[in-house]
Amino acid sequence: MSEEKVISVKDLTKQFGSFTAVDHITFDVYKGEIFGFLGANGAGKTTAMRMLCGLSFPTSGRATVAGLDLFKEAEVIKRRIGYMSQKFSLYEDLAVKENIRFYGGIYGLTDRQIKTKMEYLLHQLKLEDKANTLVRSLPLGWKQKLSFSVAMLHEPQIVFLDEPTGGVDPITRREFWNLIYQAAAGGTTVFVTTHYMDEAEYCNRVSIMVDGRVDALGSPDELKRQFHAEDMGQVFLQLARKAVRSAD
Amino acid sequence: MKAVVVNSVAKTFKAEKAVVTALHDVSFEAAQGELFGLIGPDGAGKTTLFRILTTLMIADKGTASVDGFDVVKDFKEIRKRVGYMPGRFSLYQDLTVSENLAFFATLFNTSIEENYDLVKGIYSQIERFKDRKAGALSGGMKQKLALSCALIHRPSVLFLDEPTTGVDAVSRKEFWELLRDLQKQNITIVVSTPYMDEASLCDRVALIQEGRILDIDSPTGITKKFGKTLWAFKADDMYKLMMDLEAMPEVRSCFPFGSEHHVLFNDPNQSTDAIVKKLNYVNLSVQKIEPSIEDCFMDLMRSK
Repeated sequence: MSEEKVISVKDLTKQFGSFTAVDHITFDVYKGEIFGFLGANGAGKTTAMRMLCGLSFPTSGRATVAGLDLFKEAEVIKRRIGYMSQKFSLYEDLAVKENIRFYGGIYGLTDRQIKTKMEYLLHQLKLEDKANTLVRSLPLGWKQKLSFSVAMLHEPQIVFLDEPTGGVDPITRREFWNLIYQAAAGGTTVFVTTHYMDEAEYCNRVSIMVDGRVDALGSPDELKRQFHAEDMGQVFLQLARKAVRSAD
Repeated sequence: MKAVVVNSVAKTFKAEKAVVTALHDVSFEAAQGELFGLIGPDGAGKTTLFRILTTLMIADKGTASVDGFDVVKDFKEIRKRVGYMPGRFSLYQDLTVSENLAFFATLFNTSIEENYDLVKGIYSQIERFKDRKAGALSGGMKQKLALSCALIHRPSVLFLDEPTTGVDAVSRKEFWELLRDLQKQNITIVVSTPYMDEASLCDRVALIQEGRILDIDSPTGITKKFGKTLWAFKADDMYKLMMDLEAMPEVRSCFPFGSEHHVLFNDPNQSTDAIVKKLNYVNLSVQKIEPSIEDCFMDLMRSK
């Protein structure tokens, strides 16, 4: 992890009418960092993440993502980041190979780049003999790993993962985290949300949102000390119980 | 009489050219008033089991009964007696909260008033939104309304398909407390979840993976059967520690678990002193620990 900031957020706010979904959040995320973005349902995580991905225009505040101004260069930001949504984001009725080629095209890779990436990915994910299989018939764990790799196809500086491991079996869940570690070790910043509290411990730093605000931010060890808690689950419970806003 | 009996049930689906086996040869029983958990990831076959038990689907092989009634022959009787909360929100989005509840009560020839005491604990939490359309409710409130609707006819057996998936840790805890309260009313509850930590909240559980049951027992029964010495390793650089441990021939498995790595050795009498010496870390803690359900699940998956 370096000192280079890849996300810098200051007083970022999003209002829907009279409702403040995200309320003056401020934080920085560094190059190669695994940044856990936690919060109860309805705390404002998804809205905040959508803003950082350039999908929702902020009401006020300041933010740069991948060195670009979120208010002025959202379209360029979209090309510099990877995003894996909670709902599975591959095309079920396309084969593994077709999905990789499709997303390669979307991200503006050349045919040669796509070819190289294709070989590398199929090998890395041990999907060589499944290249022509429809994504629909892959087990969920493989879909999630493929989905992550596709989000990383254009070698983005930052990858946003929205609950990537929900419903995945415990061994595959850990294999998925291995991919996250590898990406971070290669310098990619990983911005991840999860409902698994053990996964919060795998992050370099964790932020916890309550009622639209970031109420806690630090390494898992720092947060456990600060809240006199044995694990991140206890930290989370203490903070989320303070929420006034009803669940999403 | 057992509330739920599943005997050698198998089910396959044809998907274009491929045949997918959702359930291989599944058997289990749940006693009256029991809180029984089906614990397993997506694709384990949990939903297929629920659909067979609620008479919405017929098994290829095997038999099953609910409250002593056969799921095929006596399907009408079963439909009167069970409550079912599917994994997907299945209420009428364009009806209000109270209209949904009244609708389900009417379907079962009862009224909200008649069984209000049963749903009170849950429904009172959403009652102030009773005139809001169900589609406009938050996730947590939808879940409470769905549970109220599944309960309004006072079922003897309640089937809950992944009620806590995608729900945050606080709401999950609250939901399990609701289930414990319901159990006191002598309702049998069969609940599925992909969260391994929720297994310990059930009376008994079936661990299920890819259509096969790995084990059935009480949560403590399952962890007692683990039968191996499990170690927790902790160091400053956890990723390096995992790579180093995995590379050691003595190590059978190494899985990250929160702030620790859980390690099993090939030799049950492996000296950890030797391992510590070999690793040669500045800050390394090693501790013998009791396995969790998740440790057991992974070990059963690997030895399968």
